[in-house]
Order: sequence, then C-alpha cells, then structure tokens
Amino acid sequence: MENLFSKFKKAAPAAALLMAVVAGAGLQGCSKSGGDGSAMAEGLSSDAASAVYVAPGKHDELYSFLSGGFNGQVSVYGLPSGRLLKIIPVFTQHGENGWGYNEETKAMLNTSHGFVPWDDLHHPKLSRTDGQTDGRWLFVNGNNTPRVARIDLTTFETVEIMEIPNSAGNHCSPYPTNNNEYVIAGTRFSVPLDMKGGTSDVSLEKYGEEFRGSISFIKIDPEKGDMDLDFQILVPGFDYDLANGGKGPSNDWVFFTTYNSEQAGTLKEVGASQNDKDYLAAVNWKLAAKYAKEGKAREMPANYYHNKMDKDTHIAKSTVKKKVRYLLPEDCPGMMYLLPAPKSPHGIDVDPSGEFMVVSGKLASAIPVFSFAKMQDAIKNKQFDGEKNGIPILKYESVLKGEVKEPGLGPLHTEFDGKGNAYTSMFVSSEVVKWKLNDLSVVDRIPVYYSVGHLMIPGGDTKEPHGKYLVAMNKITKDRYLPTGPELAHSAQLIDISGEKMKLLLDFPTVAEPHYAQAILAEKVAPKSVKFYKLDENTHPHAVKKEADVSVKREGNVVRVKMTAIRSHMTPDNIEGIQVGDTVLFHVTNLEQDWDVPHGFAMMGANTAETLVMPGATQTLRWVPKKAGVYPFYCTDFCSALHQEMQGYVRVSPKGSNVPIKFSTGKKKQNIPGVASTQ
Amino acid sequence: MKAYHKVLMIVAALSLGLLFMFPMWKIYLKAPQYPEGLELHIWVNKLGGSSDHVLQNFNILNHYIGMEPIHAESFAELTYMPYIVIAFMITGVIVALIGKAKLVLTWTVLLMVGGAAGILDFYLWLVKFGTNLSPEAPIKVPGMTYIPPLLGHKTLLNFEALSLPALGSLGILLAVVFSGIVYFLSRRSDKANKPVNSNKAFAT
Repeated sequence: MENLFSKFKKAAPAAALLMAVVAGAGLQGCSKSGGDGSAMAEGLSSDAASAVYVAPGKHDELYSFLSGGFNGQVSVYGLPSGRLLKIIPVFTQHGENGWGYNEETKAMLNTSHGFVPWDDLHHPKLSRTDGQTDGRWLFVNGNNTPRVARIDLTTFETVEIMEIPNSAGNHCSPYPTNNNEYVIAGTRFSVPLDMKGGTSDVSLEKYGEEFRGSISFIKIDPEKGDMDLDFQILVPGFDYDLANGGKGPSNDWVFFTTYNSEQAGTLKEVGASQNDKDYLAAVNWKLAAKYAKEGKAREMPANYYHNKMDKDTHIAKSTVKKKVRYLLPEDCPGMMYLLPAPKSPHGIDVDPSGEFMVVSGKLASAIPVFSFAKMQDAIKNKQFDGEKNGIPILKYESVLKGEVKEPGLGPLHTEFDGKGNAYTSMFVSSEVVKWKLNDLSVVDRIPVYYSVGHLMIPGGDTKEPHGKYLVAMNKITKDRYLPTGPELAHSAQLIDISGEKMKLLLDFPTVAEPHYAQAILAEKVAPKSVKFYKLDENTHPHAVKKEADVSVKREGNVVRVKMTAIRSHMTPDNIEGIQVGDTVLFHVTNLEQDWDVPHGFAMMGANTAETLVMPGATQTLRWVPKKAGVYPFYCTDFCSALHQEMQGYVRVSPKGSNVPIKFSTGKKKQNIPGVASTQ
Repeated sequence: MKAYHKVLMIVAALSLGLLFMFPMWKIYLKAPQYPEGLELHIWVNKLGGSSDHVLQNFNILNHYIGMEPIHAESFAELTYMPYIVIAFMITGVIVALIGKAKLVLTWTVLLMVGGAAGILDFYLWLVKFGTNLSPEAPIKVPGMTYIPPLLGHKTLLNFEALSLPALGSLGILLAVVFSGIVYFLSRRSDKANKPVNSNKAFAT
C-alpha cells in the first residue's frame, strides 16, 4: 500500500505537469507568463540541487574556462556549482584592474595596426602533456585582429600575446598538439596576400585567383611556454573553421574543417552554401615541421607584434617580427590531404582513441564519421578524387566509417566521455544528442535552452576525458532568467552524463558570449596558484621596496612619483610642485607580502582607469593635470579597516610656478610598518 | 662517575643543540580573515614564522592598535643568547669529562636559572609590547592592553592567540632532565663506591 502510495506521489507532479502543458497548449495566445512553467522541469534530475551544491567554504571539483567571445576575455567558473570565480582580461582593456590602461600592460595590446584594445575571443585550449591537460597554460585566440594569447595558470594572468601574420579571422585557433610541441592557428577569412607582410589592393571580384588562407605553426617552449611562430602553410582560399588534433595512431595529424570551398567573396550565406560537400583538411604536422626544418620553407617579409610580460618586472614588452617562413602544399608531398565533408562543416572532433574523426556539418542531415585507419589506406592506395592546389582529395567513401543518421538539426560540435559515447550539440533543434561510437546509433537526447553552440566535457577533446559532466553553451536565453532589457546574458547548462540518460543539473548565466570552454580537475591547478609576488624578486626599474626610498623627481616635463602602498597608507601622500601639463607617472609598489591584499590606485581626473596592484608588484598610472588646484588620490580596493583613510593629495601649480617639489607622509615619524621587512 | 654517566652528560650538553634547529616558542594567531593562521616563531637567535613575511604581517596588524613594530634587531638577546647556549654546551662537555657530581649539579642549576631567566625576559617583552601603545593609535579600546599569553590561549579583539613552547625548548628540558639523572646516578654510585674505598683503606 505504502509503496503504491509513494509511487503515486512521485508520478503526481509529472502528471500535473503534463496536464499543465496540455492546458497551456490549449490556452496558447492567452498566456503571458513564460519561463516558470514552460520547459523548466523537463529532463531536470530530481536530485539536481544536491549534485551541484558546493557548500559554503568548500571548493568546486573542476575549474572551467569559458571564452568571453565579444568581450575578449576568459571567464573562470567552478564546476559543478557554476560559480563565477574570475574574469581574466586578455584582448580587451579591463578598467577593473587597469589591464591595457596602466603603463605596464599597454604593450600587450600592440599590433601592427597600432593599439587594438578589444578582440573577439572564441576558443580556449589547455596545454597538454601526453595528450592530457597539464594545467600549466591556457591558449586563446583573438579572432578579429588575428592574435594568440597565453595565460599562465599559476597567476591566471595573460603573459603573452602574439599577432598572426597572413591571417584574417583567426577562428580556427589555437590547437595544441599532445605535448605542446605546436599551437596551431588557421585563418577563417582568406585574404589576398601580397607576400610582403600585408594584403594586396585587388578587386574583390578576384577572390578565386588571389585569396589564400594560412595555417600557422607556433612553437611552444617546453619549459616556459613562450611562443614562436615557426612557419605557416599557405592553403587554398577557403574558410578554415575549426581544428582538432589527432591522438594515439593519429598523433602526428591535425584536422581542419573548411567551408566556402566555392570561394565566394560575397553573400557567403548563399554563395558558400552551394557545394554539397566542403572539405576536411588533414595536415601531418610532424611532416610539415620536418619539411620546414629541411629547407622546404621559403621566407617572406612580415610585420607582426609579439608582446610578452616579463615575470619579474611585470612590464610587457613588444617586439616586431619582420619575416615569416612558409610552406606551399604543392612543394610538400604527403603533408596535406582533403577529405570531402558534407556541407559547411563546423566542428571536427577526434575521439579519445584517435581513430575516428567526427565532422559536424551544420547544414548536413547526418554526421559523418571518418576512420583514420581508412584514411591511411586511402592515401597508400591513392584513392583520390582530383586535387586542389596540389593537395590530393580523398574519395569520400574510401575514408568514411559511417554516418550517424537523423541525429537532429544543425549538428555543430562533438565531444566524448571516454566510455565509447559521443555527444553532439544541435544548434537548430536545440538539443544535445548522445550516440555510440561503435555502431553510430543515437541513444539519448536532451533539450537545451536555447540554440546550443559548442559543448564541453572536461578533457572531452583529449585522450582521457573526465566523463561526468557536460556543459552546453547556448546562444539564446530569452525566458530562462529574469529579463534584463534587450540584452540578455548567454546561458550555460550543466548536464550529468555519468549514467545512461543525460540529466539536466543546472543553468547558469555567463559573461558575454562563450563560444567554447575547457575544464580541468582543480587539483591539477589549485596547488600551484601563486598567493602574492615576492617583493625581493620585483625588478621593476621604478619599484621602491621600503618607504624610506620613495621619491618624487622632475625630469623635464615628466615627474616620476615612486611610491608605496601598505595597509593603510600611501607614501608619499602629500605631493607638491607638480605643474599643469606635466606628465606625472605614479609608480605604485604594493609592499604587502600577504595573500589577498591588493591595493588600488586612482587619481581624480586621470584619463585612464585605476590600476590594481598585487602584493609585491609595481604598476604605473599616467596622469596629465590640466588645471591648477588640489587633486586627491586614493586606494580603490577595500584593503583594511582603515581603507577609507588610505588617500592623499597632489597640489598642481601653474606652468612655470616656483613651488618646489615636496613630498611627505605624516607630520612626524610614526610606528608604520612599511619599512619593516625589506632588509 | 661511570663511563655511561659521562656519555649521558655529554648527551645532555649536546641536546641544547636543538635550540639551533627548532624554534623555542611559537605564538599562533587566528582571526576570521586569517583562516590559514599566522605563526610567529621565536628562536634562540632569530625571529621567524610560518612564512617569510610573518613579522611584516604581524606588524601591519599590530600598528592599528599602536603597538611598536617588532624587529629582530630590537632584541639584544637574539645576539648574545646563542653564545650563552654554546657556553652551556661546552661547559657541559667539560663537566662530563671531569666527572664530578657536584659540578653536574651546579651546571644543571645554572641551566635551570638561565631557562627561567629566559622565560621571564620573554614575558617582560610581551608585557612591554602589549602595554606600550602609541597614543596616536587608530584603534583605541579604553582599558584594553594586548599582552599575548606566555603559555596557553587568550582572545585579543578579533584574534585568538595561542602561545606554546616548541621543539627548541625541549632541548633545554632534555638537558636539565639528563643532567639531573646524571647527578643522581653518579652521586649514588659515588656513595656506593666510598665504603669500598674505606674498606680497602681499612684492610691495608
């Protein structure tokens, strides 16, 4: 009896929901409220709350790194809670901490086009050792003004940004090989290369003859992670969309989806959608590297910026590179092949075994799965179907393992759980579809809200996925959260994939537009997290390490203020002798040597953002006063009980005034500990 | 004194060497915003802590209540204490070689007095820092002093302070215990030996 009763109790809400849906359908048009009844409960696991609950003070199991898309930054979320932990500024100025505003970091955003303070960041990729994420660095791409950046995961700071020459729309980027040998970046917008480091001034009618794409091979220093553009391959003028590296047997290969094999230069939505098949490009990167090393590479003039943050001075420096080496596929037999792939493919994903290449063609009705072994045979037996720019095209049937039939509409991207299953996002039918790699049968599907782009399984693009969670990144939010005017947050959804059936666990709003993400077990990153910078190792040329050494010095029109900040005062905090039109450089050193004690510095009227100085570091705020008077400055980060008192004044006199330079803190010597520990 | 008494006495003298390997005393501080805690370590010859910058962080927190900053240079003791310890170690070895129970007793008593003087000195410093507060202190709580506990636990505003002897002090304890044992054993054996000697004298 009791059993039956409890069964009925369980079924009752579902029955009620069903009735509500039926009633809702009947009343369509009358109902105004969306959101709280509609699709919410469908697929929601009954124990979802406990599955994502991370108790106060407890840590998440995983770090996830979601790209910010058009905000040019990376957001770090804890999983499974979906709590936002940090936004890492990369390509976009960040007023919050002065990134790209203060004198030390401005150079990070230098390009051959000048200072570019914004970009469109699509794809984060974690560095790898033995085909698994190693938690050392995160590589990300800037799509608009082609750049690749490296974030150091000990500090969660961007430490390097390199411009990619001969590229436009650096979308197919950045893809690390299994031991960080190379990070690979392909161009989405082919352009007419003038072979002198720029694009030629040619008629836009000449797309077919003049436009080319490029694939860049960035060598990574195995110890420090520093990037160096080793060589490029100049490829036919298609749109190179996404890439994925092989593993195991296919370790030496990297695969690229292409669209616009029609080579349309206008109205691409139609022009690039005519061919029934575009291509999957397969490149043997090891062979390419060998060709480049053995003298097949030619050289052309170039002009691109490479910006690096020095870890001891905390100052970014730009160098301009003036040449680049390149390979032509026609010179390099065996290096590159084209595999026909249905209609404008987006995702290319190699399964953990390295044997299957899954191509998600967003306009295709099936998902083709290619076999690496078959590809090797087809190459050996020369099962070609013509060629393009000297690149052999393999026969579709000769490389195909099979197709996933009727998977859904608009397949975009696939990842794997390491247990023989693949998960593909369906943009048009707004769902995630689970299918089996061995027989290509669909076994489960779950709706997502709405229009999912990429999905991510922690390590789902590596040799050993952590097949417990899946994050779907949705492009359209509509009624999922409280409305916030016309612009809505994008949404991510956490799905439990540990069992047979997928279970929806959590919705969480995201910052800007996550295109793709990576996740890694927290234990691979957290223990190495830096707590503060060591003052002893700070070699900034204008750092002062004790209060006794602060100075205010005039050098012509430039006045350098070398000052310190420590709880709860700045030294000096009274400065006189500044004149209208001077360039005042406040070099602020944070003397703290403790965890979580940044000091901010802001100057009234300065035409820049504040700068947030981490313990042990030095940063510089530039200020040009325009009128005589007295100007306050203060600490912007609530550092201590006397944070509000952490402020000072600068007196500005007219140009040519005879007020001498004078500076001080406090009227008499006090027990201030800033001078304490730096012997 | 038997050979093993001498060996034990040398061990007693050398156990003072622990003072150079471990701190003598540790003061633990915990506050809501310091979940990881702060530890100040007092050595025979230096001040240290759970991290390289403990002293600076102690001083930053203490300056709000007007406490004098703590610097290793302010303590002359840290300069001469090591010599005293070394002197005890050398004299301890000499006493062992001479092998006279009375000398052992003298050495032990002197060491106990030295240790007690050290603790008293430490306490006086605690009182000095805890009560000699700047009249310009940003935070003034009427009637409040901030003498950290010499031994045990005390709450000081938002901080929980705990003060305990550390492994270095164990060196002194071992030295006192071992040399005390040597004294009692050697006295007993000396006593036991004496009648034998007088018997011999009597016999001859």
